[in-house]
Amino acid sequence: MTLFIEQLINGLQLGTMLFLMASGLTLIFGVMGLINLAHGSFYMVGAYATALVSAATGSFLIGLAAGITAAAAVGALVELIVIRRLYHRPHLDQVLATFALILIFSEGTRWLFGSSPLWLNAPAALSGSIALPGGSRYPIYRLVIIAVGIMVAVGMYILISRTRLGMRIRAGESDREMIGALGVNIARLYTLVFAMGAALAGLAGAMVGALQSVQVGMGQPVLILAFVVIVIGGIGSIKGALYGAILVGVVDTLGRVFLPLFFRQFMTSSEAAGVGSALAAMLIYILMALILAFKPKGLFAAHD
Amino acid sequence: MSDAVLSLTHLNKRFGALQATRDVSLDLRPGEIHALIGPNGAGKSTLIAQIAGSLKPDSGGIQLAGQEITSLSVAQRARLGLGRSFQVSSLAEPLTVLRNVMIAVQALQGHSFRFWKPVHRDESLLAPARDALARMQLEPRADTPVSELSHGERRQVEVACALALKPRVLLLDEPMAGLGPEGSARLTELLEALKHEVPILLIEHDMDAVFRLADRISVLVAGGVIAHGDSATIRRDPQVREAYLGD
Amino acid sequence: MIKSTTSSLAPHRELPAPTASWHDRKGLVQIGLLAVLLLAPLAAYFLGHVYYVNLASRVTLIAMAAVGLNLAIGYGGMVSFGHAAYFGLGGYVAGISAYHAFDLTPVIAWPIAIPGSDSMLAIWLAAIVVCGLLALAIGAVSLRTTGVYFIMITLAFAQMVYYFANSWPTYGGEDGLPIYLRNSLPMVDTQDPLTFFLICFGGLLLSLALTSRIMKSRFGAALTMARLNETRLATAGIAPYPIRLVAFVISAMITGLAGALYADLNGFVSPTMLSWHMSGELMVIVILGGVGRLYGPLAGAILFVMMETLLGGLTEYWKLFLGLVLLGVVLFAKHGVMGWLAGREHP
Repeated sequence: MTLFIEQLINGLQLGTMLFLMASGLTLIFGVMGLINLAHGSFYMVGAYATALVSAATGSFLIGLAAGITAAAAVGALVELIVIRRLYHRPHLDQVLATFALILIFSEGTRWLFGSSPLWLNAPAALSGSIALPGGSRYPIYRLVIIAVGIMVAVGMYILISRTRLGMRIRAGESDREMIGALGVNIARLYTLVFAMGAALAGLAGAMVGALQSVQVGMGQPVLILAFVVIVIGGIGSIKGALYGAILVGVVDTLGRVFLPLFFRQFMTSSEAAGVGSALAAMLIYILMALILAFKPKGLFAAHD
Repeated sequence: MSDAVLSLTHLNKRFGALQATRDVSLDLRPGEIHALIGPNGAGKSTLIAQIAGSLKPDSGGIQLAGQEITSLSVAQRARLGLGRSFQVSSLAEPLTVLRNVMIAVQALQGHSFRFWKPVHRDESLLAPARDALARMQLEPRADTPVSELSHGERRQVEVACALALKPRVLLLDEPMAGLGPEGSARLTELLEALKHEVPILLIEHDMDAVFRLADRISVLVAGGVIAHGDSATIRRDPQVREAYLGD
Repeated sequence: MIKSTTSSLAPHRELPAPTASWHDRKGLVQIGLLAVLLLAPLAAYFLGHVYYVNLASRVTLIAMAAVGLNLAIGYGGMVSFGHAAYFGLGGYVAGISAYHAFDLTPVIAWPIAIPGSDSMLAIWLAAIVVCGLLALAIGAVSLRTTGVYFIMITLAFAQMVYYFANSWPTYGGEDGLPIYLRNSLPMVDTQDPLTFFLICFGGLLLSLALTSRIMKSRFGAALTMARLNETRLATAGIAPYPIRLVAFVISAMITGLAGALYADLNGFVSPTMLSWHMSGELMVIVILGGVGRLYGPLAGAILFVMMETLLGGLTEYWKLFLGLVLLGVVLFAKHGVMGWLAGREHP
């Protein structure tokens, strides 16, 4: 039972991370109609900048601020130089151009910082753990990640439903010509939305970087999970991204722990580990296929 | 009316609060042109979509030559003999006129899972396609890519594609839209010659063409048919004058 | 330029057949590409540079895999971001079959016993069938969606296969599976690099001929229409979904066969062949060469492997430059190498 609660919280933590990635992706697709494979690169940029600045200043918080800023700046720059040429292109061109950006970012980072991982430690104040019901202990830092994720979700909700910027974003989702007619500077709005998405990815990368290692290619597995999230949730829907992220995070985490345990009841433990982990690795994709079989546009299709 | 080729019975379609189709019943008999007119927003497009099969009605039925087709797909209806043209030209632009028509002939000759014989040497495809083009006086343009055609010619290709299906019914959605007076007169002539071979359900804005071509006219307003009759009756109908002609 | 200037002058001329012929620039380019691919390894072999023979085999097989993908992307308009699944699965069919032939254990013991085999013919057949079945399942779900959904779903399914191979320990998991002895053909020495190259070259020619023939047939006409205007196809009475699905399956079979040969070339198969980077690279090759051009994948594969070899010799960060070139091609040279060499083409 304690194992279950612990893993459930782990799943939530993965889910909130995925939400940070997926909300940016889905917003960029919803507003600009762009499929962005390079989103994982902003995750990596955020983690690298945080690790470097934290190491230089000795402060995780300053590092974190630097990471978010760096990701947003790189995002804005990429939008200005490359991405804005792609809005009216077919998806195939968008996929390839952003795939090219991944190669450029990954190899460029490897060139600058080498292949060995950088180390980033969570701030000392958050390094302790607290007791869970049932007696086991759980690291505070992971709980803080969940809290940050929830804060971002609430913040996004307020931003989109209550502010002028949010109004423009919503207008951009439903009718691109209209906001142009309203006199909104679309080019600037697009750059802003893109940079915002990049900043959220950078935030995710920085926070996860303190749990795992900071290295080239770290954004890619997360990117693909985020794709699964937004496909399940419905591309363009922030709400869908939230539910999808939690669903994927929890199902994936619980599957990896409990499927091997489950198979151990009728197999030898090495066989169970093999079958269980192979099946667990496929679990969220099976989930996605099932959902799409019934709802080809995802759970919360934003628009057709 | 047992001799109707196409009949709609009590069709209803609702989008949220909007009743887009309201208890519509009408039919199309052999040898006639039945025109469907109505102001913008009257629900003509929704009705066409239900007949062609891209929208399913909430209730009511559609029969083609006595066969119930209400739940069939677009492709299935086409194979049963429902030929249609679109309001906005929907041809494959980069392909030649002949290629666009050939695809309809190909469908008529059974399934398309034939991987070997090249179509450009297949007389069983080429001859009927050229035939359909000849009927629309398009033969000289057979090898021209659609993207190089004039607007009026595209309209004719649309009709030729529908004809190549050897349809039992032609469903023409505003074929005159965007044509100049000349083009419109020319197409009117072509359609007049056609109607004895295949009955036509004509949705049209061009009133001259409608009054000249149509044997019967139904007037659609706010999703429902408010008047029905020959052109003289419709011209006189006070309800129509008020709702549609704006008098 | 070469754009159909004749069309209005010759109203009853036959439709131009999209074949290679000696008389036009495109035909010359196509024959030139094949000649380079065939003659370079022959020369290298007789000069004793076996490395270059194997490099040519690599180009050939990557080109063949991309020919398969081009059928889906270029001709069918189905942007599959998951063709590594078929490439890798083909490779695993070769690897697993050889593994069991070596061990004298059955691949499957139940409900019917299927023994391992080191015969290439059996492996090829198995690769084609297995990849076709996988594509049928993946395509059946994915083709219900369109646009970005399709791209992401094909990617996600390929990842599913990747993670499965990665965590299934029987066949090496993430370490992959070696093929100790190249699989065999009757009366042919497949160990000989030149012989093996010629087998691969035959495979490429066959897949090119098949694609060309299919695209000229009724099926090809329907597939072209499904790409250009789905509504027109349905209105003509042909349902687009089954046409696309069959094209998707054929595409996967070609890519899968290339994968089986690729595993034999390397004597090794690992999850890398299934990774999304592989899917991306196959797409890159199709685009570099020119989307929907019969010989585009060949031109793209030659360019890709040349860049890899030349730039890779200069710097280990060659993919940085690949990225820049690719970005340039996508943004500024939309018709790829074939568009540049052989002029634009009407579908």
